Amino acid sequence: MAHFSTNEFKAGLKIMLDGEPCNILENEYVKPGKGQAFSRVRLRKLISNKVLEKTFRSGDSVEGADVMDTELSYLYTDGEFWHFMNNETFEQIAADEKALGDSIKWLVENDTCTITLWNGTPIVVTPPNFVELEITETDPGLKGDTAGTGGKPATLVTGAVVRVPLFVQKGEIIKVDTRSGEYASRAQK
Amino acid sequence: MNISNEWQPSGSVESLVKRAQILTEIRQYFATEKVLEVETPTISPSTITDVHLEAMRTVHTNPHSVKKTHLFLQTSPEYYMKRMLCAGFPSIYQITKCYRDDEVGRCHNPEFTMLEWYRLGFSMDELIEDVDMLLRLVLDTPACEKMTYRELFVRHLDLDVKSDTDLKIVTLCKKFGYENIVPLYFKDKLSQFDRDMLLQLLFCEKIEREIGLERPIAVMKFPASQASLAKIDPSDPWLSLRFEFYYKGIELANGFEELNDADEQKTRFILDNKQRKECGLDVKAEDVKFLNALKAGLPKCSGVALGIDRLLMLALGKRHISEVLSFDFASL
Repeated sequence: MAHFSTNEFKAGLKIMLDGEPCNILENEYVKPGKGQAFSRVRLRKLISNKVLEKTFRSGDSVEGADVMDTELSYLYTDGEFWHFMNNETFEQIAADEKALGDSIKWLVENDTCTITLWNGTPIVVTPPNFVELEITETDPGLKGDTAGTGGKPATLVTGAVVRVPLFVQKGEIIKVDTRSGEYASRAQK
Repeated sequence: MNISNEWQPSGSVESLVKRAQILTEIRQYFATEKVLEVETPTISPSTITDVHLEAMRTVHTNPHSVKKTHLFLQTSPEYYMKRMLCAGFPSIYQITKCYRDDEVGRCHNPEFTMLEWYRLGFSMDELIEDVDMLLRLVLDTPACEKMTYRELFVRHLDLDVKSDTDLKIVTLCKKFGYENIVPLYFKDKLSQFDRDMLLQLLFCEKIEREIGLERPIAVMKFPASQASLAKIDPSDPWLSLRFEFYYKGIELANGFEELNDADEQKTRFILDNKQRKECGLDVKAEDVKFLNALKAGLPKCSGVALGIDRLLMLALGKRHISEVLSFDFASL
């Protein structure tokens, strides 16, 4: 893999740090008037999802990480792996539970997810920003209630629990924002 | 049709009005103090020998000669201004553009505005008072705090920069996650250059961000190994009469009680160039006219350079230097 010097550091560049691929979020140039220049870099570790700050001496190089994002549609799970397919090449890829993390609860068959591959292996699965899921369990709400009274918890078909307005009932399909885990609206029929 | 917005200035009208006001206030301050405003060239056939500073270059074609002259853009007006002092000028100041290669960032623009002034007869302490007066006038700050470089390291990192071993410095760097910056050759000894480099790292990352948050701070007496053009402290040859002002995480000014020993200055140029060679950098010819001026005699004086753009960032609470420049480097 190519090496990148601090001059090439910018948001979005993927580099290796402590054996883990990382995404650079920000690179700040720091230099005392009479001294050595440094690069103060904020980065996200792609596997552990930790954000950290690391300082490099200006001009130093680090190894790049072979990381790429692909858009794949979710097929099914066999309990151990979650299978995704490239709709153009029909090539299939299996991701393990570690790569899925919290995304498990937002997976809807045939939805297009972003799969981050490191050396060809899935390390992160990002669901679409909005998914539509059926409510399997929630208390019956009061008729005539409009949104904005705090709502009630509802369990979705995937096991995810979100707060929904009181008027939303069991069996309905709702739209959820996967980034915040919040109810967005009833699904358009 | 979409017309690109890239022609727009990077600084707002509000910022640039403030810039004009501050420049007026500075000129009034020096007029009251009877310091003479001067202008010196921004180009020179020679440049500084600093390891960590690179000058930009330009070429001059002379109608009276077939030879082209290679010139450097100034990184600061120091040499010309000292040549004036050696020639008998009184206390002087100037507001001028300076240029530094390979410096772009939140607080760095390759072309920037410097306020530099020299006070005849002043000691380091007197010049610190002078800088503080100007900051109080322009930024309306309370009186500055004063602390030595050595005291700051003891207070913030429990490190004595004079007597602690290289190993202790390296251990501290590793503890903070800077193992990637510790030179690979290190076993138990660092070169003076690398010891200073690690101290600069610790200062930047662990001290500078913690100091001068409420009021400006004058950091005094940098180690002689980072003296630059400062006099050595007569009470301790390990120290120099160099100071820096920091405020709200920004390095604002760098000053010295000026070195006026031509031989010592020449020795420092030679050492700089030796270090440049070791770092794989080109060797810079020493400025002979500057050295000859020092030989003729620089009267006792202290001088300081203050970044006008950073002063504006502080006056306006701006995070990026581009916001206080008419056109920053990215909008050229």
